[in-house]
Amino acid sequence: MFSNFDYDVIQRALPYLWQGMLTTLGLTLLAMIGGIVLGTLLALMRLSSIKAISVPAATYVNLLRATPLILVIFWFYFLVPIAIKHISGDSYAQGIGPFHSALIAFTLFEAAYYCEIIRAGIQSVPAGQVNAAYALGLNYRLATTLVVLPQAFRNMVPILLTQGIILFQDTSLVYVVGLTDFMGAASKVAQRDGRLVEMYLFAALIYFILCFSASYFVRRLQLRITPPR
Amino acid sequence: MAMIEFRNVSKWYGSFQVLKDCTTKVEKGEVIVVCGPSGSGKSTLIKCVNGLEPFQQGDIIVNGQSVGAKTTNLPQLRAKIGMVFQNFELFPHMSVTANLNLAQVKVLGRSTEEATEKSRSLLQRVGLIDHAQKYPGQLSGGQQQRVAIARALAMDPIAMLFDEPTSALDPEMINEVLDVMVELAHEGMTMMCVTHEMGFARKVAHRVIFMDQGEIVEDATKDEFFGTPRSERAQQFLSKILHH
Repeated sequence: MFSNFDYDVIQRALPYLWQGMLTTLGLTLLAMIGGIVLGTLLALMRLSSIKAISVPAATYVNLLRATPLILVIFWFYFLVPIAIKHISGDSYAQGIGPFHSALIAFTLFEAAYYCEIIRAGIQSVPAGQVNAAYALGLNYRLATTLVVLPQAFRNMVPILLTQGIILFQDTSLVYVVGLTDFMGAASKVAQRDGRLVEMYLFAALIYFILCFSASYFVRRLQLRITPPR
Repeated sequence: MAMIEFRNVSKWYGSFQVLKDCTTKVEKGEVIVVCGPSGSGKSTLIKCVNGLEPFQQGDIIVNGQSVGAKTTNLPQLRAKIGMVFQNFELFPHMSVTANLNLAQVKVLGRSTEEATEKSRSLLQRVGLIDHAQKYPGQLSGGQQQRVAIARALAMDPIAMLFDEPTSALDPEMINEVLDVMVELAHEGMTMMCVTHEMGFARKVAHRVIFMDQGEIVEDATKDEFFGTPRSERAQQFLSKILHH
C-alpha cells in the first residue's frame, strides 16, 4: 500500500495547505472568543431570577443544542442572504461570504455550549463569596465582574480549552459552503491530483498532532491550576 | 434613635417560618451577642440586617433607613455595615491588600493610594502587616478571619455584624480573633455578634439575645442573662454550653 506513496504531492501542496490552516485557526480562534463572550452573557441571563431574561436565553441554548451544527452553517450561508434580500427589498444584495457566515454560525452555535459550561462555572463559586461581595456594598455588576467571573473562569479554563479543541475539529465542516479551510485544502488537492490516501492520511495526522498536544497541554494546566482553597 | 431596630420581623422559607415576629434594638455603641441552638434563626436574623436575606413581614431600620423598603439603595446601605462570615469569604484570587482595597476603591471611590494606606493601617492593627502581599490561601484560618475583619473595617462602618466568626476555626486560633473583636468593642463599635463564645459575651456584651425556633426568647442585659435567665429554654441552653 505504501510502496506507491507519493510523498511529493504533500510537499508541493504545503503552501496551499498552510493557507487552509490559517483559515481554520482564524475561524477557531475568533469563534471561540465570540462564543465565550456571548456564552457568558447567555449564562448570566440564564441564571437571572427574572423570567423574561432567563427564558429567552434558555430557549436559545436548548434550540441550538438540539440542532446539528451543519444545519446552522447552512442556515447562515444560504438562508441569511435570502432574508437580507427579503428585508432590504434589494434582489441584488450580496451574501456576506463563506468565511463571515461560517464565523457567525460557529459563534452562535458555540455560544450555546459555552453558556452551559460557564453557567456551571459560575455556580461553582460558593454563595458565600457572592454574599461577601454584596455585604461590602458591591452591586450585581461589580460582584459579578470582580468576584464571581474571575473565580469561575479560573475553574473553567481547562474545559473551555477542551471545547475549543472540539471546535477546531468541527471547523472542518465549513467545506460544505465551499470555504477552503485546512481540510478543504487537503480535499481539493486530493481530488485534483487523485492522491486521496496521501492527503487524507496527512490531514488526519496533522489534526491528531495538534489536538493531541493541545489536550496534553490542557491536562497539564488542569493539574497546575487546581485552585488552592 | 437606635442604630439597628427590628420591628416584628418575620420570614418564611416556603411554609416554614424561620423568624417569628422578632423585635429588638441595638443602640449606638452597644455590643449585642445573639446565641441559641443551631437552626434557631440567629444567622438568618443577622443576615436580614443588611438585606442579604429578604424578609416578608415587619421591617428593620438601620441608622434611620428601612432595609425592607423597595426604594432603599441596598448596596449603599451595605457599604456602611461591616459583616464578618463564618467561613471568612476572602476573595481567593486577590492578595490580602487587594481584598481590603476592592470595595474602598470601587464603592467608596477612594484612590488606590488612599485605600492602600487605610488597608495597611488596618492590617497593622490586626497584626498582619507582614502578610499584606500574600493570598488568602497562604494564611491560617485565624489570620484569614482577622483579614476579613480588617476588610469590613476598611469601609469605616457604622456597625459590625459577626456571623459565627469563630465557629470554623481551630481552637488555638479562636482567641486571636476574639482579641480583635474585644478591642473593637472597647473602642465603642456597635456590634451584633452571633456566637457561642460565652467568654466573649461575658467580657464585652451589653445585652444577650437568646433565640429558639425563630423567636427571640430572651433579650436581657448580660448580668441578667448570666445570672438567672428567665426562660427555661435559655437555662437549658446555658447549662449545656457552659457545662465544661
